[in-house]
Amino acid sequence: MSAPQGRKHKSRKWLAYPLLFAGAALFLYPFLWMISASLRSLEEIARSGMGVWPEHWRWSNYAKALTVMPFGRYLVNTLLTTVFPILGTVLSCSLVGYAFARLKVRGSGFLFVLVLSTMLLPGEVTMIPRFILFKNLGMLDSLYPMIVPSFFGSAFYIFLLRQFYARLPVGLEEAAIIDGCSYFKIWLKIFLPLSKPALMAVGVMVFMSSWNSFMDPLIYINSDKWKTLTLGLAGFQGTYATDTNLLMAAAVVITLPCIVLFFAAQRAFMEGLTFSGSKES
Amino acid sequence: MNGLISSIYSFYEGMGMPAALLPLLPFLTLIAAVFLAFYLATRLLVKKKIMHEKTASFYRFVSVWIVGFLLFTVGPMIFSIYISFTKWEVVSDPQWTGLDNYRTMFQDSLFYKSLSVTFYYTIVSVPLQVVLSFAIALLMNLRLRGIYVFRTIYYLPTLVQGVAQMVLFIWIFNPNVGLVNSMLRLAGVEGPGWFSSPHWSMPAVIIMSLWTVGGNMIIYLAGLSDIPRSLYEAADIDGATASRKVWHVTLPQISPILFFNAVTSMIGAFQTFTQGFMIEGGPDNSVLFYAYYLYQNAFMWFKMGYGSALAWVLFVIILIFTALVFRSSALWVYYETDQGGRRKRRVRATRP
Repeated sequence: MSAPQGRKHKSRKWLAYPLLFAGAALFLYPFLWMISASLRSLEEIARSGMGVWPEHWRWSNYAKALTVMPFGRYLVNTLLTTVFPILGTVLSCSLVGYAFARLKVRGSGFLFVLVLSTMLLPGEVTMIPRFILFKNLGMLDSLYPMIVPSFFGSAFYIFLLRQFYARLPVGLEEAAIIDGCSYFKIWLKIFLPLSKPALMAVGVMVFMSSWNSFMDPLIYINSDKWKTLTLGLAGFQGTYATDTNLLMAAAVVITLPCIVLFFAAQRAFMEGLTFSGSKES
Repeated sequence: MNGLISSIYSFYEGMGMPAALLPLLPFLTLIAAVFLAFYLATRLLVKKKIMHEKTASFYRFVSVWIVGFLLFTVGPMIFSIYISFTKWEVVSDPQWTGLDNYRTMFQDSLFYKSLSVTFYYTIVSVPLQVVLSFAIALLMNLRLRGIYVFRTIYYLPTLVQGVAQMVLFIWIFNPNVGLVNSMLRLAGVEGPGWFSSPHWSMPAVIIMSLWTVGGNMIIYLAGLSDIPRSLYEAADIDGATASRKVWHVTLPQISPILFFNAVTSMIGAFQTFTQGFMIEGGPDNSVLFYAYYLYQNAFMWFKMGYGSALAWVLFVIILIFTALVFRSSALWVYYETDQGGRRKRRVRATRP
């Protein structure tokens, strides 16, 4: 009874292919369309309909799109608001996560619950007072509001790293403690290097959110000097909405680093994603 | 406090520090002073044998988070409650107005509009996202040739985020030459105006949100690979069909992940902002998302008091909905009582 049924399942599996291909076309097509539009002339865009193959590959669109806005400056600003938050988040959350995982003392359980509870608080609640705070610190219209808070840890990544450290073997630091090593040194020399995969995952997640971050730069930055790429693209959409080809070129350029990072650090990507959805952790 | 900051500022200015660093230095100085004081205090306690070295280390490390928590969360929260009871246009001092902001809200038609827009989006898009991404994950869980390539393709759209995604979809939903209406024209249907139509701009935003279900798909996929094979084998022996296996084995086993995802997607949906911003609320405020309306009040019209009141109402709404979903979870989320050893979750989208 069970043998023929097993064969039946196997044969039915192949029926999934048409569905898979149809879905893939649906998910991929906007992507291809974006790229092809970025390579066309406006006139060609207007008459090309659904086609994705450009008649003439106008790479000059990219050169033009990048000169419409001060691309280099925006890129540097975006990199600054991405690299520093990665550094800050990884270091602070690793240290705090290590403390929660390996230094069980009185009050640590309560504090950890406090950390978790902050995840429920929507950013909108603290948005306005934070703006006032940074205004009083003289940090408006600078990149600091996007960078500074990351050095004080953030709940989700602390949680993620704590789980990672808690799973490491119990006796790991014993020898070091007997040798009189300080807890800070144990973190620095043992736990920090050991957690490279988890730190990579955190780094990738912070990259994605900082690189694409829009609301914070929008609130804090006024002058062109400090604008980030997302602000530049939004402004571009506002002023040159009809230059579709250039807009698409700019959108492709902004997305490209994320795609490159995805293919370069796929394991870190997946680890972070699967972690964020797992039930027991 | 402001006097202290400005005097430290002028001190560094006098030392000839670069202008770009100047806003940071007073802050760094104060923070360093706080940490140093904390360190010295704990060291003293350890020396006097009041505190264990381990305890001291724990609190020193965690103080990194505590200081940030007080400075960027607790302080702002308290301040936010206060200003929600005031009228404040930033330039002048806040004026205490009691419950006025909250009362205004009840007569503010845009408040109701933004609320209904946000509910509409959340109630339609979140279930669609959850169901679609789960269905795709089931498909992707089949052991088929080339399935890794498909996983990658389905995941790719999630890499186009925020502003770039919106820019792309404004173009895709262009009524004349956009991709969607070109497709509909092939089928002989004249498509709607999408983002230029008050009725169709929200469906457009929802369709756009479905393009990025790949992220959730990967999460479910990890969960699916964790379901013990023995359960399926047992079902096979009982002669269960594929659909019954999904219903009686897969769904109960994955329901905690489904639940977790529904909660986080819902909270995220309530905070939708960029979609509203990029088309300025849409025609007839049809995509006037709550977070965007809040932004307008606080940062375009500088009504800090009213903006804060709106923020607290959002918080309460999110809390209520989260509590409701949690309550409902008893009915449909299945938790195993005897948890075995922790299983490792790992899933790859493509071949390494």
